[in-house]
Amino acid sequence: MLDVRGLRKVYEGSGRRVEAVRDLTFTVGAGELVCLVGPSGCGKTTLLRCMGGLLTPTGGEVLLEGRKVTGPPPGTAFVFQEYGRSLFPWMRVAENVELPLKQKGLGKARRRELVTDALESVGLADAAGAYPWQLSGGMQQRVAIARALAYEPRVLLMDEPFAAVDAQTRADLEDLVRGLWRERGMTILFVTHDIDEAVYLGERVIVLSGSPTVVREQLTVDLPAERDQLHTRVAPRFAELRTHVYEQIQAAKRGIAPQDTPETQDALAKADAPPKRDALVKADVPGDPDVRTDPPPSR
Amino acid sequence: MRHLLLRLGYALALPAVLVAVWWLASDDSTDVYRPPLRTILETFPDVWTGDRLRSDVLPSVLRLTGGYALAAVAGIAVGTVIGSHRRVRAVCEPVLEFLRAVPPPVLVPVIMLFAGIGDTMKIVVIATGCVWPVLLNTVEGVRAVDPVMAETARSYGITGVARLRHLVLRSASPQIFAGLRQALSVGIILMVISEMFAASNGLGFTIVQFQRGFAIPDMWTGILVLGLLGFFLSVLFQLLERRVLGWYHGRRASTRRSP
Repeated sequence: MLDVRGLRKVYEGSGRRVEAVRDLTFTVGAGELVCLVGPSGCGKTTLLRCMGGLLTPTGGEVLLEGRKVTGPPPGTAFVFQEYGRSLFPWMRVAENVELPLKQKGLGKARRRELVTDALESVGLADAAGAYPWQLSGGMQQRVAIARALAYEPRVLLMDEPFAAVDAQTRADLEDLVRGLWRERGMTILFVTHDIDEAVYLGERVIVLSGSPTVVREQLTVDLPAERDQLHTRVAPRFAELRTHVYEQIQAAKRGIAPQDTPETQDALAKADAPPKRDALVKADVPGDPDVRTDPPPSR
Repeated sequence: MRHLLLRLGYALALPAVLVAVWWLASDDSTDVYRPPLRTILETFPDVWTGDRLRSDVLPSVLRLTGGYALAAVAGIAVGTVIGSHRRVRAVCEPVLEFLRAVPPPVLVPVIMLFAGIGDTMKIVVIATGCVWPVLLNTVEGVRAVDPVMAETARSYGITGVARLRHLVLRSASPQIFAGLRQALSVGIILMVISEMFAASNGLGFTIVQFQRGFAIPDMWTGILVLGLLGFFLSVLFQLLERRVLGWYHGRRASTRRSP
């Protein structure tokens, strides 16, 4: 579905050269919910913008359903962290949701149907006539999610969407996203710096290294599909997974050499990457044999 | 209702006081150049008859409307182009700063040379004066389009004309309106000045005629008419602005409430 191959992004500007992303290779299967997590400033946003066709990578490529992404692909919707700056304040909620559909060339009846359905899905049917700035932060982000849903994307890219809302709202929104994912079966790539969020939401977590970014580890979250804030978060397995990811991120921050150079990553894809696995156990979770590192699904 | 009456009271209080002060201070004036307000007001209906409104006020207003509309369209169009392209901006900015610094009334004799002394000259004068605030404000507004909104638009395929209409112009509209407001007062000034130079009718022309004919109370009524015209246009402008920028004022009020 989504293939990222050898992605590299270097920012050049005013005598400064910043290598934000060094070499990223991973795959997201159709209908998967994958969380990308990494230390802050590790180029997560850069990566997502490259995947959404908003940035042109310096090297490597992003393939969506086998086609190279060169601009924003039609089947992809983006949810930004800055909901307050992503919704158009001069349009009412329903108009914000409707605008991309107009651009898609859909008929009026179909547009209305999609807008109503999307707003109902996020629990904001009543707010259709309000302006975004009349709503709370959490509600605004719901509107942004509704706009993405109405667009009927095959891939939903979410860039730290809940980083700026309060903890309780965030929990609600997490459940909303998981619910929508299960209901609608679209592919979701969710970037976050919140480890708990990544483990709670994702079917798979991709841990990134510090900048310049490479994939440090890919981890299947073997929690039940039915998750809720109360029970999932206190489940022993949840604690193990989050501890493991946490340690990985700490190690990434300290700059402990990640084992996944391109060679080992290829090895990882073929066999279950024994060298990496050893390093992982030695460095991080000696008492946790349950933690699995999964190869990315075969291409 | 109560609220409305209170606001009306606030709005009218100071003008009422000023008129009263003027009235009382000028009441026993024998100075020819400073007639009592009573005399001015008595003269008013005699001077500003329906005929005169048609022959002098209407042409002035039409010239103002023509020049202002021309400036608004040109200023917004050119400003959008300059604001959207960094290279064009780099090339144009010094020239714009120079042209803006030239006081528009100075252009009247120059433009007279090219455009004669007819309505064209006056409309061109008004337009050349009004265009700068609109243009420069549009450039700034278009430049300041939020990058997140721009990316949102791009990611949803909102490009070209739709982007201009739904994103760029709407986002720049508060600044465009600030420019239009400035341009309105510039426009009224230039309307009067251009009519003082060479004209056979219009408000500016009439006021100068009265002054030259020593019809001093009549001259004062002309000034009152100008003031009223400016006030009326400003109210009209505010009504339009409230319609177009309702979202902007609403958002500002809501962020002020919750910092």
